[in-house]
Amino acid sequence: MEIHALQQIVHQTRDARRKQTIPKFSPADRDRLIHQYHPDYRSSAYRPIRFGPNAGDKTVVELAALLEGDSSIQEHIDLTPQYTTDVLVVGGGGAGCAAALHAHATGAKVILATKLRLGDSNSVMAQGGMQISVAPEDSPVTHFLDTLKGGHMQNDHELLKVMVEEGPSIAKWLIELGVLFDRQADGNLHVKKGGGSSKPRLLTCSDYTGLEIMRVLKDEVLNQKIQLLEFCAAVELLSDENGQCTGAIFKDLDNHRHVVVAAKSVILATGGIGRLHIQGFPTSNHYGATGDGLCLSYRMGAKLDHIDTFQYHPSGAVYPEQLIGALVTEGIRSEGGHLVNAKGERFVNELDTRDVVSSSIIRECEEGRGIRTMSGRVGVWLDTPLLDAEHGPGTVEKHFPAMMMQFERFGIDISKDPVLIYPTLHYQNGGVKIDANSETNVKNLFVAGEASGGLHGRNRLMGNSLLDLMVFGKRSGLTAASRAGSASQGKLTVNHLQRFRADAKKHGNSSGVISPMILPAYTRREAERTVTN
Amino acid sequence: MAQEDTNVIDQPEVVRHKMVTIEISGKKYEVPEGITVIKALWHTGQEVVRGAGCLGGFCGACATYYRTKDDPKVRTCLACQMAVEDGMSFTIMPPFPARKALYDIRSLKDPKQDLFNLYPEAPLCRNCNACTEACPQKIDVREGVWKAVFGDFKSVSEMFMDCVMCGMCTPVCIADIAPNLVALYVSRAQGAHFTEKPQGLDTRIKEIQDGRFNDEWKKVLAMSEQELADHCATVK
Repeated sequence: MEIHALQQIVHQTRDARRKQTIPKFSPADRDRLIHQYHPDYRSSAYRPIRFGPNAGDKTVVELAALLEGDSSIQEHIDLTPQYTTDVLVVGGGGAGCAAALHAHATGAKVILATKLRLGDSNSVMAQGGMQISVAPEDSPVTHFLDTLKGGHMQNDHELLKVMVEEGPSIAKWLIELGVLFDRQADGNLHVKKGGGSSKPRLLTCSDYTGLEIMRVLKDEVLNQKIQLLEFCAAVELLSDENGQCTGAIFKDLDNHRHVVVAAKSVILATGGIGRLHIQGFPTSNHYGATGDGLCLSYRMGAKLDHIDTFQYHPSGAVYPEQLIGALVTEGIRSEGGHLVNAKGERFVNELDTRDVVSSSIIRECEEGRGIRTMSGRVGVWLDTPLLDAEHGPGTVEKHFPAMMMQFERFGIDISKDPVLIYPTLHYQNGGVKIDANSETNVKNLFVAGEASGGLHGRNRLMGNSLLDLMVFGKRSGLTAASRAGSASQGKLTVNHLQRFRADAKKHGNSSGVISPMILPAYTRREAERTVTN
Repeated sequence: MAQEDTNVIDQPEVVRHKMVTIEISGKKYEVPEGITVIKALWHTGQEVVRGAGCLGGFCGACATYYRTKDDPKVRTCLACQMAVEDGMSFTIMPPFPARKALYDIRSLKDPKQDLFNLYPEAPLCRNCNACTEACPQKIDVREGVWKAVFGDFKSVSEMFMDCVMCGMCTPVCIADIAPNLVALYVSRAQGAHFTEKPQGLDTRIKEIQDGRFNDEWKKVLAMSEQELADHCATVK
């Protein structure tokens, strides 16, 4: 059927649905739903890691192969450094920029290296907002409890307390740098309610929150004249004779030469893994989200946490084909947008946590109540015109300009027509285990942002990622910088590779792939197919 | 299942097996109709390092010039957000060497006057409107430059909230203005200097410093796993 004909059911049932309240699932129903439909529980997608710090732990096969992968670096490589610095930040997204700025502000020498351009990241795409408990009826403790509940009680309490308590001062810092958060009439920060949160707590810059923060932070990194190594991909870390981190080796993607950087400490802010397309899912992630930091730290002996759990964002676009996997912000549901199946029915409380909402969408589609596209994809409706009906004409356009423009380019007006969505691979809930200063169990190796693990438990709450980046970017930057004065530069070796390779050999050799991946191999894949997706 | 059959979208513009001829940087290729410009590059076997970033239309890395069949007009787009069609010709824009002024946003004394020191070319706009036409985000860039010069920083910050910093407004400017950089400065100044300080935020920061939540923290952190789970369930 023509798409407009299929959408009629959404328009026809809108008024009746507006009168409905859909209760949240009971804890037992919620667990049953997740165990049956959430991709984290598809056991065939998982296998145990054979060796290394997490030997025996299960993760998705795509990641296991990379963790067990071999380094591109041979042990006789010349390690004369081209650059020497106090703090080396790897990654140019939110956590990387925050780490670099805070370390630089203490007077330490900082180099920021990134495999794409400064700012090309997932952070720039964050639309939903940033959770900070600024409202009078809210508190850091409530923020803590909401997050814990969303993370299935598995969150690291110490990390979580630090994050929620430092939130307000982060907001102040960003405002001083010129970030334009949405305001109430009285000048106070406007807060929106996010999925899984008991109080309105999302600070937003319309639906450009990540873009606005990143425009400002990038500009600030340039203004502070922090040394940049763009288009330089980290391919190996360096260690001294005691196994402490002392720098990194990069591959310059323009001339394919190695670049050796000696550093007193290294902060990996390398982001997530969406571009591994776990279980064949499309992704909302940026081009470089290939989990490089996980592989690099793992070979150095850093322990990973919660690497068996991933977040599938409930609303990835399914139609038009060009936007497959792209995010339709959760903000639409925060403002009251309904999820509607092919029969015109709601089937979940739209503001439940992401894992619950995603599982319920998968259930609708597997039980035949989804809408299919001719390319074989299936999804459910997100009733975007409802927002205009509810809050007055022009609401969608005013509150979601980014979303409007994205669909408009393909002739779709989301203020008039609902959009078709299905869960998309969005976030790595776990990562490298860190302490409250963002340091790993390898001395002088820090990990900040999505690459780290523990904070979000088994499911990250919407809006907590932007705050995570800023808080642990800052803490890693400050701690790393504070060591610069007293520490001397350690020796540069790749001795950890010997250990890693010996371990691999004992367990039947490495997986046969070279890691980190750096960029997804779309060139080859696209060329092999006649139809792309 | 009958129900499923009726719930299938008949997509008019879906990616089809039909191949179209396009031109990438002056060279002809056959690619499937309807794929995005960036996927067309991958399809033709070209490694993309520069020219791809977020792939979601936000980072501005894939600024592209394109022209459609028989149309003399060269247009701009983001390569990850544009579908190819028969006869289309495109080239990804290389990084343009625009001058970015350096400043410490927090210590500016008179940001509206400082604009003329930092970007002295800003008031030299000759109204040609090329920047507005070049903007893939449909921002009225020319109007924004004028508003910046006349000190209406608030309007500029609102108009440029959509700006992805792709920089396509810059090479077309006959007065050598980099409008996106001017707007970024203006927006930051607006946020840092001309926006009311949120009182509630300062109150909350002070409450945390003064230990207002300490008793509650003590109670929560002393709970057993089960007590904590039960307590979380009561938070509504």
